[in-house]
Amino acid sequence: MENLEAKAYDLRQMALDIIMAGGGGHIGGDMSVMEILMALYYCQMNISPENVNDPGRDYFILSKGHSVEAYYAVLCDRGFLDYETVKSQFSKFGSEYIGHPNNHLNGIEMNSGSLGHGLPVSVGLALGNRRKGRDSRVYVVMGDGELAEGSVWEGFMSGHMYGLDNLCAVIDRNHLQISGNTEDVMAHEVLRDRVAAFGWHVISVREGNSIPELNAAFEEAKSVKGQPTCIIADTVKGCGSPLMENKADWHHHLPTAEEYAQITRDFAAHKAALLAQ
Amino acid sequence: MNKITNRKVICDVLMERAETDRDITVLCSDSRGSASMTPFFAKYPGQTVEVGIAEQDLVSISAGMAKAGLKPYAFSPASFLSTRSYEQIKIDCAYSNQNVKLVGISGGISYGALGMSHHSAQDIAAVSAIPNMRVYLPSDRFQTRKLFEALLDDDKPAYIRIGRNAVEDVYSEDSCPFVMDRASVLSEGKDALIVACGEMVRPALDAVELLKQSGIDAALLDMYCVKPLDTETLLKYAGPVRAVVTVEEHSPFGGLGSMVSQVIGAECPKRVRNMALPDAPVITGTSAEVFRYYGLIGEGIAKKVREML
Repeated sequence: MENLEAKAYDLRQMALDIIMAGGGGHIGGDMSVMEILMALYYCQMNISPENVNDPGRDYFILSKGHSVEAYYAVLCDRGFLDYETVKSQFSKFGSEYIGHPNNHLNGIEMNSGSLGHGLPVSVGLALGNRRKGRDSRVYVVMGDGELAEGSVWEGFMSGHMYGLDNLCAVIDRNHLQISGNTEDVMAHEVLRDRVAAFGWHVISVREGNSIPELNAAFEEAKSVKGQPTCIIADTVKGCGSPLMENKADWHHHLPTAEEYAQITRDFAAHKAALLAQ
Repeated sequence: MNKITNRKVICDVLMERAETDRDITVLCSDSRGSASMTPFFAKYPGQTVEVGIAEQDLVSISAGMAKAGLKPYAFSPASFLSTRSYEQIKIDCAYSNQNVKLVGISGGISYGALGMSHHSAQDIAAVSAIPNMRVYLPSDRFQTRKLFEALLDDDKPAYIRIGRNAVEDVYSEDSCPFVMDRASVLSEGKDALIVACGEMVRPALDAVELLKQSGIDAALLDMYCVKPLDTETLLKYAGPVRAVVTVEEHSPFGGLGSMVSQVIGAECPKRVRNMALPDAPVITGTSAEVFRYYGLIGEGIAKKVREML
């Protein structure tokens, strides 16, 4: 079986190279969300280039749309998009490969970018799928800074109201947003309790950059009946290189040539260590 | 005087179609009574969604349901629907291209004495500025029926604004010519052109009659399709006349008047006057009182036309 944990560093390198080619991107969140995307696209979701138009597929919404470079890397590796095309066209004049998800591209369901939209859209999608009699599951990934948007909590309310056990929200809980620590900007310290109080089944994942831990949470979510599940995944912003890990400045910092070389070495070292295990 | 509201007609059309089309879904934000959708909720509970007082949620959920292949019709007061959930309209419906029909009820100044919080005098400007959004203001119950029958057969997002109260008929059971996205020609005329939408069409029709009595031939276009504006018909009728008057229940900025002026200015420059609500909170009163105060009645529109000739 493929070592996905090691592969995550190949995909991080792809995301980094897309950012470097495009001259910008949201690198910190790309690195924190990578394993969440991989657990979904490699292990959990019934979605592939072959069934991308099948109404019975599973559905994914990237509410934290600025992490699109990580998403591009995953979609390329899974065969939805062509990596060389993404890299050469990302953010270029006239390109469809923009800095947030664009549903003109294969595999992308909804446009996002403005925060706080993905959860309520996913509520509608999950409710619609249920009414259509489908077994499809709906997954949405939000950032933790995003939770300050009131529309997120409207989504939590309605997801519970309609008992959407086919809906699973994931919070990429990296504790940082552009201005600094989330707890200093707008605190969520009792986040688990807050979401649970809205009637959701909540699963905390202590190692949110561990694919096995995430998979265990997703499996538990599938077994929950009568209510939606929210997975709070404690991740590391900038995960993969000490240069950027847990540094708010790296929210959308474009690495210098020296930084790029260092990050690339760090990714390679992580990968080698994981393969040696 | 007609007693049947446009919202009642919409409920009738949707209930007729929902019988065979199980994808039709009505969503309300604690607004089913105001929307006259209570019968729909009673008859088709499995085709309804209540979101509570949460207009952003209303629009996003509608977009998600459209993505799942359903045909959502979201009803909420036009004032809240058009601007409280503006970004959800822009991104989740228009930009993501989802088949959501947004019905702004109690539009314009329908809520009268409830004040500016409840008036939607910005909705045409706001929603029209979004790429891939269409904006419709039907003028009476007959046209409302035709419009919704057409909307049920397309798969693009749209915003439709209707008023709260019954409005006097413009058309009749037997005569309601309707072509989607084409203005309805209510009067031919060589002297002046009046372009109106929504509840302003009926007083504009009254103005045409008043003008005729004084020997002035005014053409009248019911531009229910504010976006996409029917520029072909507009230019055909604007070409021969000396003056153009637009009439709308909206702010003077960015609505029907602005759009008509833009086209006339570019294609056949001539004098255009825009009749609209003021750029201020409107005076307190019923719709009839407020329209009379601002001259948005037959006499006022006729007077404006005479001043221009």
